[in-house]
Amino acid sequence: MPTVAPLDLDGHCLAAVFLEGVPHFALADGTVHRLDHGHKWTAVHDGLLCATVDQAGKTLLTGGEDGKVCRSGGDHAVEVVHEIGRKWISSVAAGPQGALAFATGKSAYARLADGKIKQFDHPRTVEGLAFAPKGLRFAVARYNGVTLHFPGTEGKPTELEWAGAHNSVTFSPNGEFLVTTMQENALHGWKLSDGRHMRMTGYPAKIKSFSWAPKGRWLASSGAPAAIVWPFQGKEGPMGKPPLELGTRGNTMVTAVAFHPTEEIVAVGYADGMVLAVRVADQKEILLKREGKGPISSMTWDKDDRRLAFGTETGDCGVIDIAG
Amino acid sequence: MRPSRQDFGRAIGGASSYMAAIYYYTWKGPAMSEAATSNASNQIPVTVLTGYLGAGKTTLLNRILSESHGKRYAVIVNEFGEIGIDNDLIVESDEEIYEMNNGCICCTVRGDLIRVVEGLMRRPGRFDAIVVETTGLADPVPVAQTFFMDDDVRAKTRLDAVVALVDAKHLPLRLKDSREAEDQIAFADVVVLNKVDLVSEDELLQVEATIRAINPSAQIHRTERSGVDLAKVLDRGAFDLTRVLANEPNFLAEEHEHDHAHGDDHVCGPDCDHDHHHGEHHHGHGAVAPIHDVTVQSISLRGGEMDPKRFFPWLEKITQAEGPNILRLKGIIALKDDPDRYVVQGVHMIIEGDHQRPWKEDEKHETRLVFIGRDLDREKLTRTFEACQAAA
Repeated sequence: MPTVAPLDLDGHCLAAVFLEGVPHFALADGTVHRLDHGHKWTAVHDGLLCATVDQAGKTLLTGGEDGKVCRSGGDHAVEVVHEIGRKWISSVAAGPQGALAFATGKSAYARLADGKIKQFDHPRTVEGLAFAPKGLRFAVARYNGVTLHFPGTEGKPTELEWAGAHNSVTFSPNGEFLVTTMQENALHGWKLSDGRHMRMTGYPAKIKSFSWAPKGRWLASSGAPAAIVWPFQGKEGPMGKPPLELGTRGNTMVTAVAFHPTEEIVAVGYADGMVLAVRVADQKEILLKREGKGPISSMTWDKDDRRLAFGTETGDCGVIDIAG
Repeated sequence: MRPSRQDFGRAIGGASSYMAAIYYYTWKGPAMSEAATSNASNQIPVTVLTGYLGAGKTTLLNRILSESHGKRYAVIVNEFGEIGIDNDLIVESDEEIYEMNNGCICCTVRGDLIRVVEGLMRRPGRFDAIVVETTGLADPVPVAQTFFMDDDVRAKTRLDAVVALVDAKHLPLRLKDSREAEDQIAFADVVVLNKVDLVSEDELLQVEATIRAINPSAQIHRTERSGVDLAKVLDRGAFDLTRVLANEPNFLAEEHEHDHAHGDDHVCGPDCDHDHHHGEHHHGHGAVAPIHDVTVQSISLRGGEMDPKRFFPWLEKITQAEGPNILRLKGIIALKDDPDRYVVQGVHMIIEGDHQRPWKEDEKHETRLVFIGRDLDREKLTRTFEACQAAA
């Protein structure tokens, strides 16, 4: 039986993650909490807007209303990576070899491993950032498409166009596909080798959460009363194939999804705080956590394959151990 | 009633020549978003402040931020610029207009507001209300539509009112050289007519008549140095269907005599019988603009009880076909065999309607509807509206 170790916090949790096996919870008020032989916490920002884990899985990268980009985690002192003044840092992404990117307004910044910072300006606001799995390349989600930058070289950016506002962006783990969430209730995808488009629409709500299955065979998404899981096994991605609808419930919406790191099992979090685990192969469901105070806002599996950290909009966070 | 929503999720074909396939997944179950939008008590009110450069927005904002009125405001500004108050609830945001990809050209939202409002609302409890200051040239429509079209913003906030600051001295000039100044007035629920000390009473009456010609339903407050009573600007509930018309005693009111002095706080209604150039009309709605630079028109319709089977399809058809030309629409509808008043309001193609309250015993069951917009066909609107009336 799965067991839940609760951590009741006061505030909206933006990211529930593991750093070297220790669950961390980043709240909108700027505090980062952790369960490391008891509840400990660090004040990182005055208002936290975005958070992600570095590629080594050791530190948390965050951006705030205070115009700071910070690196924190565990007992380490908070490192201010960059400070931009009185502007909101709206997005942050982790790249290879310690590289990172962040954005404010119409500018995206890449900070390379040597500490050098490169600025990339755009005609419209930078809404989302993501690094490619291989090579030093990152994507900027913007109005009417995506811009791909190569911060290691002086090369020109690649522009991918699709009408509409793109809010966040992700590369498939094999680097072959790029998918954005849109202001409309839709995902948009590109096959990078030939620029072909994929429209994934029909959602009743905006998509706030997505997660790739191991080896990138599936892409799970929120925004419906079920987790909408698109097949990406073939060379053509989900071309002409319908998605799976996993963990369908009649009276609430899926707000967060997280694929298990090694198995094709997806954790599905709902607006009422419930969490299910659903196996893709037979669509079998297991209840991981009952309803709570508010919508699940973030979930991440640990690399140990058995623990899932979850955060909610109302602060009732915790860790689920599926092995009990 | 949100017709634009029906367009979501519908495949729009032929959008790109190199598109290989359209994936079309459709959720077949019931719509879930209603639950998110019904929780009105927790919604934070949002006031939108428009007005040309120099009209006095910054002065008014400084008053909102510094006066003791028992409320805390988060303010979204275009530039920190002249606001001399250091407050971490003042947020800078770049105007970012996003067209929705649903085939509707007037469905625009402000992407920057979605992001900032979402950010602010993750830390509720720090403020009681939000004020959005727009640039002098800003189009108020995408700002307002953001609060109707984005489900997340809509679930957590509600548009309270659009307030336009107008410089009494420079308005005629502004109307000559820009369409934005006119749009801002046309779209406003409250017009603060500022710097009245710089013009004569005659000029003031002219300016008021112009404002009234553009927008017969707005409340007008005369003031100097943005000194308007904040209670007349904030917490108006102008988009709240249960309050919308209660707030505007003069809006679409029966013709009545009134004889009052024009103090600084006089609220000019559509039927004020001082010289508005429309005094000579039977009732003043849709009066010919006293200044030829005015391109916005208002059309007021009045009728008896409506047949709901004809009225609602008519309203939907009109707003679908004429949506881009309609800036605002408001009305009280008397429906046949219905004991309750039905109220509607709209912005372009977005219409909302609901039962408001039972008709009072002494109230005449009458339908009143006003359209404010451009290039509206008065004859056709009147004729088709009248055809929706229930048989007596």
